[in-house]
Amino acid sequence: MAGAAAPKVVRLEVQRNWCKGCGICVALCPKEVLKLDEFGKVTVAEPAACIGCGRCEDHCPDFVISVEVEEK
Amino acid sequence: MLNQVVSSLRQERLPHIWCPGCGNGIVLSALVKAIHELGCDPDKTVVVSGIGCSSRAAGYLDFNTLHTTHGRALAFATGIKLARPELTVFVLMGDGDATAIGGNHFIHAARRNIDLTAVIFNNSIYGMTGGQYSPLTPVQKRTTTAPYGHLERAFDIAELARGAGATYVARATTYHAGLLKNLIVAGARNKGFSVIEAITACPTAYGRRNKLGNGLQMLLWQRDHAVTVKQAAKMSPEELRDKIVIGELYRAEAPEFTATYEELVARLAQKEK
Repeated sequence: MAGAAAPKVVRLEVQRNWCKGCGICVALCPKEVLKLDEFGKVTVAEPAACIGCGRCEDHCPDFVISVEVEEK
Repeated sequence: MLNQVVSSLRQERLPHIWCPGCGNGIVLSALVKAIHELGCDPDKTVVVSGIGCSSRAAGYLDFNTLHTTHGRALAFATGIKLARPELTVFVLMGDGDATAIGGNHFIHAARRNIDLTAVIFNNSIYGMTGGQYSPLTPVQKRTTTAPYGHLERAFDIAELARGAGATYVARATTYHAGLLKNLIVAGARNKGFSVIEAITACPTAYGRRNKLGNGLQMLLWQRDHAVTVKQAAKMSPEELRDKIVIGELYRAEAPEFTATYEELVARLAQKEK
């Protein structure tokens, strides 16, 4: 990983049954980590791509997504 | 971080009643993060709300909460703060709740400069009752009670609060959720009446009727129309016409009501001796 910042571990958790499928998290994610599944609810499609910016968590109106970042 | 937020919620009540894409949950999340940052003791934290979509927020919070009557959240909160000044009191209201039926309570709480932190969810409409116009509906926007476009001018909550005597006035949008959290923290730290206006989207009652798209599109509209206080200072009134100025708008020093009341009680007690 050339030019990568300090290594960190990102834990992304989804409380799926609270999701109403508004799609805000999917649209705001800069790395296309999230997508809506066939039921229109959020799912983590690319967990490894997550940079832990927290935009999904801050803008989720339904308390569905939790982003925890641990510096290694 | 979210786990922290969820720990302060009454999880058995979730998912909440708000529509998909409604911004109220973003405001609630920012409020809880602010309360955690302030390090408030949950047993000494009170959240009072009025009536309306936004005021359902109190019911989801695991603090001391009071869901009061329409427009009267500040009246109940004033009573709580005067009886127990050591409590930290947050008041959640909608735009109609705070400035229409609750307009008098709002200006007089500001005039007294009582130490309350009011967070006003401004979605420009009465969502819960079916999309009637509120004092914050912008001119020409459509509502169920203004099918040809609204004729009246809207209030400016920040100017109203400032004119009435509030000592901390700020505004953010749900797109600027981090800023919103910071402003709530600063407002709560102000010893006096603090008003934080949160611009939030009502995609169901307001967005649909005005062809503003869904919750996401309304959120992006906030991003594109918000300017910071610093940017606004360099802009003309013409340029600012369709913009939302965000950040800390006003701060002042004034005697705080519960403190002056306590002083009076102490003075009279001294006289009796």
